[in-house]
Amino acid sequence: MNAPATPKFAAYVCSGCGIGDKLDVGALEKIAQKEGKMALVKSHDFLCSAAGVQMIRDDIANDGVTHLCIAACSRRAKAEAFSFPEAAVSRANLREGVIWVVAEGADHDEVRQEMAEDYVRMGCAEVKKMKVPAGNVKEASSKRILVVGGGMSGMTAALAAAEAGYEAVLVEKSGALGGFANKLWKRVPFASPYQEAQPVGAAELAAQVSAHAKIKVLLNSTVAETSGAPGRFAVKIAQESGSVSEEVCGAIVQATGFTPYDIAKLPELGGGQPNVVDQAGLEALARAADGGPIKRVDGKEIQSVVFVQCAGQRDATGRHLAYCSGHCCATSVKQATYFKDRNPEIETVVVYQDLRLPGMGEDFYRSAQDKGVVFTKGKASRVTGGDGCQVDFKDLILNEDASIGADLVVLATGQVPNAGVNLDEWDATVTAAESGDEAAKAKKIELQKISVLNLNYRQGPDMPQFKYGFADSHFICFPYETRRTGVYAAGPVRRPMDMLQATEDATGAALKAIQAVENAARGRAAHPRVGDLSYPIVRLEGCTQCKRCTVECPFGAIDEDEKRFPKFNEERCRRCGTCMGACPVRVISFENYSVDTVGSQIKAVNIPDEFEEKPRILILACENDAYPALDMAGIQRLSYSAFVRAIPVRCLGSVNTIWITDALNSGYDGVMMMGCKKGDNYQCHFVRGSEMAFYRMSKIDDTLKQLGLEPERVQTLEVAITDNTLVAKLINDYAEQINQMGLSPMKGFG
Amino acid sequence: MTTAMKYRNDFLGEVEKNVEEGHWVRMCMQCGVCAGSCPLGNAWAHPPQELFMMIRAGKREEVLSSDSMWMCTSCYNCIVRCPRKLPITHIMHGLANYAHRLGLAPKGQPTRETATLFWNNLIKKGRVNELTFSLALYFKDGFVQGIKNALNMQAVGLGLVKAKRLNPMELLGGHGVKDQAGFKAMIEKARQIEDRKKGFAK
Repeated sequence: MNAPATPKFAAYVCSGCGIGDKLDVGALEKIAQKEGKMALVKSHDFLCSAAGVQMIRDDIANDGVTHLCIAACSRRAKAEAFSFPEAAVSRANLREGVIWVVAEGADHDEVRQEMAEDYVRMGCAEVKKMKVPAGNVKEASSKRILVVGGGMSGMTAALAAAEAGYEAVLVEKSGALGGFANKLWKRVPFASPYQEAQPVGAAELAAQVSAHAKIKVLLNSTVAETSGAPGRFAVKIAQESGSVSEEVCGAIVQATGFTPYDIAKLPELGGGQPNVVDQAGLEALARAADGGPIKRVDGKEIQSVVFVQCAGQRDATGRHLAYCSGHCCATSVKQATYFKDRNPEIETVVVYQDLRLPGMGEDFYRSAQDKGVVFTKGKASRVTGGDGCQVDFKDLILNEDASIGADLVVLATGQVPNAGVNLDEWDATVTAAESGDEAAKAKKIELQKISVLNLNYRQGPDMPQFKYGFADSHFICFPYETRRTGVYAAGPVRRPMDMLQATEDATGAALKAIQAVENAARGRAAHPRVGDLSYPIVRLEGCTQCKRCTVECPFGAIDEDEKRFPKFNEERCRRCGTCMGACPVRVISFENYSVDTVGSQIKAVNIPDEFEEKPRILILACENDAYPALDMAGIQRLSYSAFVRAIPVRCLGSVNTIWITDALNSGYDGVMMMGCKKGDNYQCHFVRGSEMAFYRMSKIDDTLKQLGLEPERVQTLEVAITDNTLVAKLINDYAEQINQMGLSPMKGFG
Repeated sequence: MTTAMKYRNDFLGEVEKNVEEGHWVRMCMQCGVCAGSCPLGNAWAHPPQELFMMIRAGKREEVLSSDSMWMCTSCYNCIVRCPRKLPITHIMHGLANYAHRLGLAPKGQPTRETATLFWNNLIKKGRVNELTFSLALYFKDGFVQGIKNALNMQAVGLGLVKAKRLNPMELLGGHGVKDQAGFKAMIEKARQIEDRKKGFAK
C-alpha cells in the first residue's frame, strides 16, 4: 500500500442513534478542528449509511485523506461499513461509550458532553500517531504441512491437509504407520447403532496415506531440529540410519499421541503379576487369538475376566495420574464384548467407580449390558494375580467389602502424553548447564533426546505443557491453538481422548495449519488477530538487551541474535504487544498500535483542576473481553460514572507501565486495568498477557509511593466478556472509592 | 458362598429365567433414581437399585428372603422415572412372587399374608367373600386378637349391614361364579402355564 507522502487528517462525527439529541455535535466538531487539529471535519446524521460511507470514500479518493477519526459508535460496531483498508482509522466511541452509559437528564448534560469531547480528542490524538501497516509479504513461503507422528491422529491430519490440496510430510518414529491403533484388535463403534466393536481401520488408512500423491511419508524418522517460523520452518529429519535430510514446511501438526501408564507402577493392583494385564495387554491377547477363544499367556482359555477401571487414574494421593483418560470405560466395554460375542457363558465383570462413555458411548454400554456383561460400582483395593486371580474391592452400592475371582484381570490404566520436554525442567537445566554444572549438561543432552520438535527457539525445544504434562492448547476457547504459532497439537498429546475424538481433533488441527500457512504467505497474523498486517517494529539502537521481550513473549516469537539483540520472527508473532508492554525503554511498537498511540490518548484527555471536583479515571480494557463487556453495559443501558475514559488495548500484556505513570503524573485520579481471567483456567486470548499485566502491576507500588500516591490509585481487574453488569458496578464502586480517597494531588503539574 | 461364585451370572440367570420381567435386571445402570423416587423408600431395607445389584452380585438368599420388594405399593413412580425404562414395579412383584413360591419369603410379612388370604378366599368360588376375608384377616394372629379386632370393627360392620353393604348370610358360604367347574379348570390351566414359565413345573 502506497500511502501518500503527506498525511491528511479528517474527523467525522455522526449524529445518528441519538448522539445528536444527547450531545452538542457542533461543539464536538470544533474540538476536532481546534484541539484535534483535523484538516477536515464533517458531521453526518447517519454516518454508517451508504451515503455517509460514500462521503468518507470520496474524501479519501478526491481529497487525499489518509487518516480518519470516526466519532460514532464503538469500534466493535459497524466494522464493515467503516472499513477503509487504505487509511488509518481511529474510532471515538460516542454511542456505547457515552450516551448509552451516562445517566439520563439535564443534570448530566455537562459531564456527558465533556466525556464525548474527551473521546473526540483521544480519537484525533490516536490517529495522528497511527500508520497504515504496510504488511510484510514473504516472497518464498512454504505451504507444506509437516505432521509429526503417524498414528490415527497424524495420518488423519496428513490426509485432511492433502485432500484440501496441501502437500503433507508425515514423520513417523517407528517402521510403520498406525501408531497405537496397530495394537488394537477392534475399536469402539463411531457410528449408529453404536452396538458392536468395529474393525480398527488403521491399515486401510495407512494404505490411503502411503498411496496419496501429496503425502510424503518418512518412516523410522524423528525431528532433529526445527528452526524458522510459520511459512518457513526448516526441519531436519534424522533417519534411523543416521542420515539427516531437511524438509521446508509452513506449519506443523504435532500428533505424537500417548503411552499407556506403566502398569508396573501399580503393584497393589497386581501390576507385574501373571495374568494381570493392562488394556493394551488384553488387545495383544485378542489379536493373538485372532477371533478364536482368548487365551492367557500360559495357554489357558479364559473363562472369567474382571476389568478394573480407573487403575492408577483419578488418583488423589499424587502417586498416580490425577485425571480421567476418558476412553477407558468404552475400551473396557469393548473388550468385555470380545469375550461375550464369542461365548456368552464367559463371566465378564467391570468394576467401575463412575462409568463414563462420552458421545454415543451410552448405547454401546447398553449393548454390552444386554450381552450380559456385569457392571459393578466399586473401588478395587487389591488385585492378586496368578492362576486364580482375585480382585478385592469395596462394593459402593451395597457398601461392603467383596471379592471376585477370575482367570484374568485387566487394569484400565490411563494415557500419558508424549509431549516431549517440560520447559520448566529445560529452563532449570539450561541455567545450571550455563553455569558449568556437568550433570546439568548431560541432562540437557538427555532432554534433547526426548524432545519431539527440537525447536531451536530461545524458549526451549518443545511447546509449553499444561496440566499433567499435556501439550499446550488454549483449551477453553481455541483448543488447537498452542503458544508456538504455526505448531498445532492434535490427539491425545493435547488431552486424553479416544480414537474418534483424536481423528476429529486431527482434522481441526490440519485446518488450523492450513490457515497458518496461508496467513504466513500473506504476511498476516494468525489467530486471534487473524489478518492483522501490523507487526512489532523494534528500534534496536535504543535496546538495552534486557531480554524482557524475549522472555515474556507468550509465543516464543523472539529469539536473540548473535549480538544478544532481540530477533523478531514476525510469522510467529500474534500481535498481542506483550513485548511492547515489557520493554522498559519503549523501543518496540506496531505501526497502528504503539506506546505513542495510547500515550497520546491518555495525554489528550482534558483534566479539570482540583476545584472542579471532577475526577478522571483511566480504563485500559482488553479489546477481546473487557471492552466488549463495556460495550454490552452500554447496549443494556447500565449507567456508569461519566468520569471514566476507556481505551481498548490489544491485551493487558501490552500495557506499558509508562502509560500508568504518565496518567498519574498528569493528574488522573485512578487507573483501572481490565483483563481476562488468568491462571490455570485462563481466558486470555494471548494466554499469558493478563497474567503478565497482573505481575507487572504488583510491582508498581514503589512507583506510586515515589509519586506520593495511594496504591489504590491503580486497580488490576479480571473481567470476562459476559461481565457487563459487573463492569458497570466495578466502575461505580471505584468512582465512589476515589471520591472517598479524594482527588489526586498531582493535578496541575502534568 | 465362595468368592468364585460371586458376581457371576448364576443367580442373575435364574432371575432372568424365572422372575416376571427379570430379564431387565442386567440393564440397570445403578443411577439410583428408583431409590430416590420411591415414596416408601425409607421403609425398604434395599431399594430396587440395591436389589438389582444384589442379584448381579449373586446374593440369592438375601434377595429372596428380603421383605423389601413386598413393600412396593405399585405407585409406578420408578417406572415413570427410570432412564433405562426398566419395569421396576413389575420386577418387584415378580421377585416377591418368586420368593413366595420358593417358600423363601419372610414369614408373617403382612403383604404376603394378606395376599395369600385374598387368593385363597378368591379361588374357592371365583368371588371374594368380603365377610370371610375380613374375619380371616382379623383372626390371622390368633383367637383372642381376632375377638379384639372384631370388637374394634363392630361399629363399622353394623353400619355396613344397615347400609346393605354387608350381608351376614354370606357367612354360610356365600355366592360364587356360575360355572364353578369352568372356573376351577381355568385357574388350573393358568397355574400350569405359570409353573412352566417360572420353573416350577413338575
